[in-house]
Formats: sequence, C-alpha cells, structure tokens
Amino acid sequence: MTIAVEQAAAARRPRTRRAGIASLAAYLQAAPLALILGAFLLAPLIVIATVSFWDYDFARLYPDFILMNYQDTLGSWVTWKTYLNTLKFAAIVWAVTLFLGFWVAYFLAFHIRTTTMQMVLFLVCTVPFLTSNIIRMISWIPVLGRNGLVNSTLIDMGLIPAPIEWLLYSDFAVVLAMTHLYTLFMVTPIFNTLMRIDHSLIEAARDAGATSFQTLTNVILPLAKPGIAIGTIFVVTLVMADFITVQVMSGGQSASVALMMRNQMSLLQYPAAAANAVILLALVLVMVAGILRIVDIRKEL
Amino acid sequence: MSHERRGLEFWILTVFFVLFVLFLYGPLSAILILSFQGPSGGLTFPLNGVSLHWFYDLTQQQAVGDFGGSFRRSLMLGIGVMLVTVVVSLLAGLAFRRKFVGATPLFYLAVASLVVPSIIVSLGIGVMFQQIGIPPAWYSSAFGAHLTWTLPFGVLIMFAVFNRFSPSYEEAARDLGASSWQTFLHVLLPMIAPSLVGVGLFGFTLSYDEFARSLMTSGTYNTLPLEIYGMTTNVTTPVLYALGTVTTAFSFLVIAATLGIILWLGRKRARG
Repeated sequence: MTIAVEQAAAARRPRTRRAGIASLAAYLQAAPLALILGAFLLAPLIVIATVSFWDYDFARLYPDFILMNYQDTLGSWVTWKTYLNTLKFAAIVWAVTLFLGFWVAYFLAFHIRTTTMQMVLFLVCTVPFLTSNIIRMISWIPVLGRNGLVNSTLIDMGLIPAPIEWLLYSDFAVVLAMTHLYTLFMVTPIFNTLMRIDHSLIEAARDAGATSFQTLTNVILPLAKPGIAIGTIFVVTLVMADFITVQVMSGGQSASVALMMRNQMSLLQYPAAAANAVILLALVLVMVAGILRIVDIRKEL
Repeated sequence: MSHERRGLEFWILTVFFVLFVLFLYGPLSAILILSFQGPSGGLTFPLNGVSLHWFYDLTQQQAVGDFGGSFRRSLMLGIGVMLVTVVVSLLAGLAFRRKFVGATPLFYLAVASLVVPSIIVSLGIGVMFQQIGIPPAWYSSAFGAHLTWTLPFGVLIMFAVFNRFSPSYEEAARDLGASSWQTFLHVLLPMIAPSLVGVGLFGFTLSYDEFARSLMTSGTYNTLPLEIYGMTTNVTTPVLYALGTVTTAFSFLVIAATLGIILWLGRKRARG
C-alpha cells in the first residue's frame, strides 16, 4: 500500500514539474500574439476612444473632455442617413452572398464526388479572392460603363435604344462589386460545415421518405447554421467597414459610415472621425455578439 | 442513390456554378484583354489594335507615380508580414493546445481583430503614432496594421489544425525517447507544414493587397494598393489596366508557387 502510494507520488513529481514548464511555455508561446494585438489593436482603440473626447482645430488636437464630437455626429441628420444607407448595403449584400455562397458550397459538398475535384473547384473559387480588391473593383468599369461591354452588347442586339445609366456609379454597382469581393467569405465557412455533415443522415432522411427539399430544410440547413453564422459575421463586418467600394462604384453618389470617416480624416478632423469610429465599432460589436449567441465559433474550427 | 432525381438538381447547380465562376473571372479577363489595347485605344472595348504600349508606359517613371518603388515596398512588407504571421500563429496555436490563464480573452481579442473595421484600425494606429511623435512608415505602423488582419486568420487556421491533430503522434515520439524539441522538429512540424505554407500565403497576399489599413499608416511612401488607388482617380488611360494585369499575374504566380510547395510537401510525406 505505502509502496504503491510512494510510487504514485514519484510518478507524479516529474509530471507536475513538467506541467509547470509546459504552462510557462504556453505563456511564452502566446506572448507574441498578445503583444502585437495589444500594441496594434487594443492601444489604438484606446487612443480612438480617448481622442473622440478631444477638441481640435485645423492644425492640431487639444486634449480635453468634451462631448461635442458625439453631439455633432449623433445630432446630424446626415449621420443617421449614412448609417441607414450602410445597413441597407449590409442587408442586401448579406442576402445575396448568402444565397450564392450557400448554393456554391452545397454544389461542391454534395454534388462533386471526388475530394480532388472538390478541392480544385474550391481553389478556382478562391484564387480571385487572393488578388487585389481594388483591381477587381475597377475591372467592372469596362464591363458596366456607359460604353461598356454590357451596354454595347445590348445596343448591338437591338434590345435597348440607349445605354443603361444605372449599371455603373449607382447603388446597384456597389452591391454587385461587394458581392464580387465578399462572396468567398460566405462560401468557405458554409462549405466547411457542409463537408462535415454525415452523408448517412441524408440517406436516412431520404429512406424515411423525405423529398430533396425536405432534406434540405430539415437536415442540411439546420446543420449548416454555424457556417452561415460565421460567413454572416465576415460579410456584415466587411460591408460595414467598406468605404472604397462605395466611393469608387457609386462615383461619389452614395455614402457609408467608413467613407464619412475617411472624409473627416482627410480634413484632419480626427476627433470627429474617432467619435464616428466608436459608434460604428459599438454597432458592429453588437451585431457580432448577436450572431455569436447562435454559434460557438471555438467549437466550429 | 437515385441518379435520375439527382440528375436535374445536379445540372441546374452546375449551370449556376459555371455562371458564378464566370462572374468571378469575367471582369478580370476584361482588364487583361484591355491592357493589350493599341496606343490610341481607350478605357473601354473595342480594342484599337493590339500592343504592349501600356506595359511599356508602366515602366516610364512619369506615367504612373512610383510604380517600381511602391511594388518593392509592398513586396518587402508582404514578406515581412508573412514571416511574422507564420511564426506568431504557430506559437499561438501551440499555446492554445494547453490551458493558460487568459486563453479565452486572447482568443476573443484575435476574433475582435477580425471584426474591427479596418479603417478604425488605420485611424487608431495613425493617430497613436502621431501623438507619440513617431512618423508613420510602411515598415513600422503599416506593418503592425497589417498584422492585425493577417494574424487572426493565421491563428484561426492553426487553431483548426491543432483541433484535428491527435496528440498520440507526439506521445509515441516521446515514448521512443525523443526530446520535446526533436518531437516538434521531426514529428509535429512535418505534419503541419502544408498548413503553415497556407498561413504564409494568407499572410503575404492579405498584406500585399491591403488598402484600408495602409491608408493612415504608411507615411510618406505609398504601398502598391495605395498607388493603384491613386491611379484610379487620375489616370484615364489603359496603363491602369496594364498595372492591374501585372499585379494580378504576380498574385497568380505567388498562389501557383504556394500550391506547388504544398503538393511537393504532401508528396514528400507520402513517400516517407
């Protein structure tokens, strides 16, 4: 008995020492990430929150504690209209990318039979997303412009008498370009969850007499929810943060919160932009927190 | 499996998928074709002859700001960001395999880094450097700004990799008398090498293409996306498309090289 206890203790001793070293190692390994995110994410966010209460003129910033920046931002009718416009883009782009993303992922996961082919087709979808966003955006200009490919083709075919004006430099162009830029962020997480669905579940549903549509709504969609949630977080936060697509594709005729911030920044009105940043960040975090209530991302990775 | 019923759905979705791929690549190919526009051609179709005129124009300093310099800066920045992203993500991935105080907040900080709007990061770092009194530069402030975008991707990928990684391989190595370092170098590293290459690709391309985060942080000298953006507002010749073709070709080259490395690693492992 005592021998057994002693042996157990002896066995435990090196292990606890090893565990001590191991946990020290964990801190050392996590330190670079914590330091970088602390210096370049947390600290700048604290700076923004602080500066949003400062005073400023055309030349410099004055440390202070005033609510003027928030009052100006929230008291302006333009701000509210811009926020609504940004939310409108987010809602439309979300709906479109969800539709496209789900069906692309569904096709890849359930209709392509070999893993190699799945990976090849998935790569085909991925490659454009690894090239420059700006280039992909301006590549719509020769397609949609007044004398662009679409208009000249339609005119040559005799379908329309004059070029369609709203193809480029319109809300339509903004939504189209955003869809083009962001759909992969919906495809990837949904594809990931669909790939993990046990095919016997689908066979079971079919054997029990479910139609394809019933299998889709009762088996596949509920299981795809986490992927849809993660894709939604990506797309919504990307659209809420976008200013360059809105600026280029609407030709300056539409606005977004980030574009408003950008304009304030180019006028060196940093405290005003900071107040806007705090409000935008709060809005985005509330949206993300809402989505995270549906899904635990740590489990989904 | 009833092949007939699957048939109709399959063909509808195939057409849908092909249209989606055309949607992705169509506009890019328009730019590609138009960059070979003749010297008198404009920004839209039709082509007025075929030439390399606009590519030649690209090499002329006065035509497009400082294309060569901005490309070099973006390339160096991308490589630096890639190296730091791979190392830091790997270390963080290893750390998250164990329990440590602050693991959950750190994980959520990484996720936050992904969802905080890029322009806010840009503004924050820009104002922070200004207030401290350090002039922002592409190799300091922009470097950090890019890391806030590439690191969360790297960490999440490593997290996913290690979630699926069975510790029994390392236990076996340890039982055979390998030290921690030997286990890491000869067992763990070869197994996760393809994922690390993938993280590297993400790190490089996300940095190489980043615009919003560079906006307030790159200081005096532009990175390539800033240069291209500047061109969209004041260049009205196909030289813009030539630049688009060159940078896209470069991106494709990087992707192809990365895939080559991943396949090579896979084959090397399969051979044993």
